[in-house]
Amino acid sequence: MMQLTEQQQHILNGGEGETLKKVLQTLIRYGEVFGATKMVPVTSKYNHLVTSFGLKALGPVYELMEQLIETGAVSRQQFSADPRPVDKNVPSNFLLDFIFNNFMYTRQEFYEGQLNKLGLMEKDAFSCTCYMDEVGNKPEKGDILSWSESSAVVYANSVLGARCNRNSGIIDLMGSVLGYVPYFGLLTDEGRKATWIIDIQTTKKPEAQLLGSAIGMKVMEEVPYIRGLDKWLGTELDDAACTFLKDMGAATASNGAVGLYHVANLTPEAKEQGESLIAEGAKVYVIDDAELKRVYDSYPVMWKNKDAKPKLCFMGCPHMSLEQLKSWTDKVEAGLKAAGNSKVVVPTVFTAAPAVLKEFAKTPYAERLKKTGVITSYICPLMYMNNPLAGKMPVITSSNKLRTYTTARYYTDDEILIEITKGGK
Amino acid sequence: MKKFQGRTVAAGTVTAEALVSHGGLNTLASFQKALQFGDKKATCGDQNNPDLFGKQMAGKALCLPQTIGSTTGGLVLYCACSMHRQPACMLFSQPIDSLAAAGAVLADVWLEDVSMPVVDCLGEEFLNYVKDGMKITVCEDGSVTVE
Repeated sequence: MMQLTEQQQHILNGGEGETLKKVLQTLIRYGEVFGATKMVPVTSKYNHLVTSFGLKALGPVYELMEQLIETGAVSRQQFSADPRPVDKNVPSNFLLDFIFNNFMYTRQEFYEGQLNKLGLMEKDAFSCTCYMDEVGNKPEKGDILSWSESSAVVYANSVLGARCNRNSGIIDLMGSVLGYVPYFGLLTDEGRKATWIIDIQTTKKPEAQLLGSAIGMKVMEEVPYIRGLDKWLGTELDDAACTFLKDMGAATASNGAVGLYHVANLTPEAKEQGESLIAEGAKVYVIDDAELKRVYDSYPVMWKNKDAKPKLCFMGCPHMSLEQLKSWTDKVEAGLKAAGNSKVVVPTVFTAAPAVLKEFAKTPYAERLKKTGVITSYICPLMYMNNPLAGKMPVITSSNKLRTYTTARYYTDDEILIEITKGGK
Repeated sequence: MKKFQGRTVAAGTVTAEALVSHGGLNTLASFQKALQFGDKKATCGDQNNPDLFGKQMAGKALCLPQTIGSTTGGLVLYCACSMHRQPACMLFSQPIDSLAAAGAVLADVWLEDVSMPVVDCLGEEFLNYVKDGMKITVCEDGSVTVE
């Protein structure tokens, strides 16, 4: 049974209107399913919402949002949201554009108007990597969040040491509207204990997206404590380590349902508490070269013609960091030089947050990347591919999240580089 | 005939034909196409789920371990309910996950004319026993009869 403060009881009695009463009822019911006995204040400066797309199919969501706006039940915090779904810079065709504009994202303008009224941080605050310095929605350690977007939640919990459950869309906003979230799961010390030990025994630095996939599929929604990764990432959360953990975490969250992981000697809670974070009776999963190969070989190829020539390559799900954009510029240039090509041989899109792209544009790398033929964009590749036409297109990616949710084919970073610079030869 | 006892997440009574997924249900991948293109049967569009792909989900007793995938899951379920394309009930062998719980609660609190009983913690034996097409009866107390 949920214990409420006087103010919360007042809201539940309808003292602040029927809509706010229903918002609180929703969060109480949601929390009670998981044994929550109290609500705790949201303490982060900003929220982050998963719903960024004006998808025609989500009409009932926009009606609910409208009800919140009309009754003044708007967010107490400003927020960022996931990436926009469409960008005219991304290769498309007449039919695909027709589907986007007439069937899928017909409510985009309307919905962005709703987000502005509800509390969007700024007009371009659309990225799944809202925690990047350039975007500015980076919670402090110990902050209580009401976020959604699985890759952002797992990063905030694990790398930043904030506290957030894997909330669904709408629930995320309701936490902000009320200013409280139910106290359970990853908000509690007990819920942050690891019930799996992952022993990394590879002979080289593992591929972030492949490692995350292996961990996610094994532990599902449980919390892993990862040993042996500091050998490859070091013991400081520098740009390279954070980028690796961003990609690994997104794969754990999409190939499984991980909301928090600890990395020995690297992530904040593991550094402070060490192996006392491991719960009694934790199971052990050893990951070596053979296990990563087994996981890689298990991925189904969803293309009709498995030997088809790729028509598009997406990199940046979750969105790329500034460090990634720069290092991939170097890689693509070197790959093209080695192959004797001047431009990429597969249309290739690198996606990143608008604010990151803005910073990237200020560096000499931007012009160099442009010369290779790689396109940069702010879109969500998932939203681009979630339709029957794009689903039939042979798309390649090194994102294990994109592979999981769409028909895109997964390759490692090295394989992707060969595909886009040499055509897979 | 066999009776299983679970925990009621959203109360209600219903009798419907079973549809079984042994893997997690990816809610967005499963429902998006149906909601997008007006498919009242809510044909499952998730190519990665061999148990459900191409099958009607609306009106079925959906038996599953948990839901997986995007954190849009809860609002997608809410939309399916609002558009009357939801399963007759959702029966989870494991404790319900936060995304499915959100969808069930949102529908229960915000939609007046929709019923989708949800029961969790039915156990592994339930999912091993139940097969597509079996008759399922759900009671208010979380008991589920399979015949």
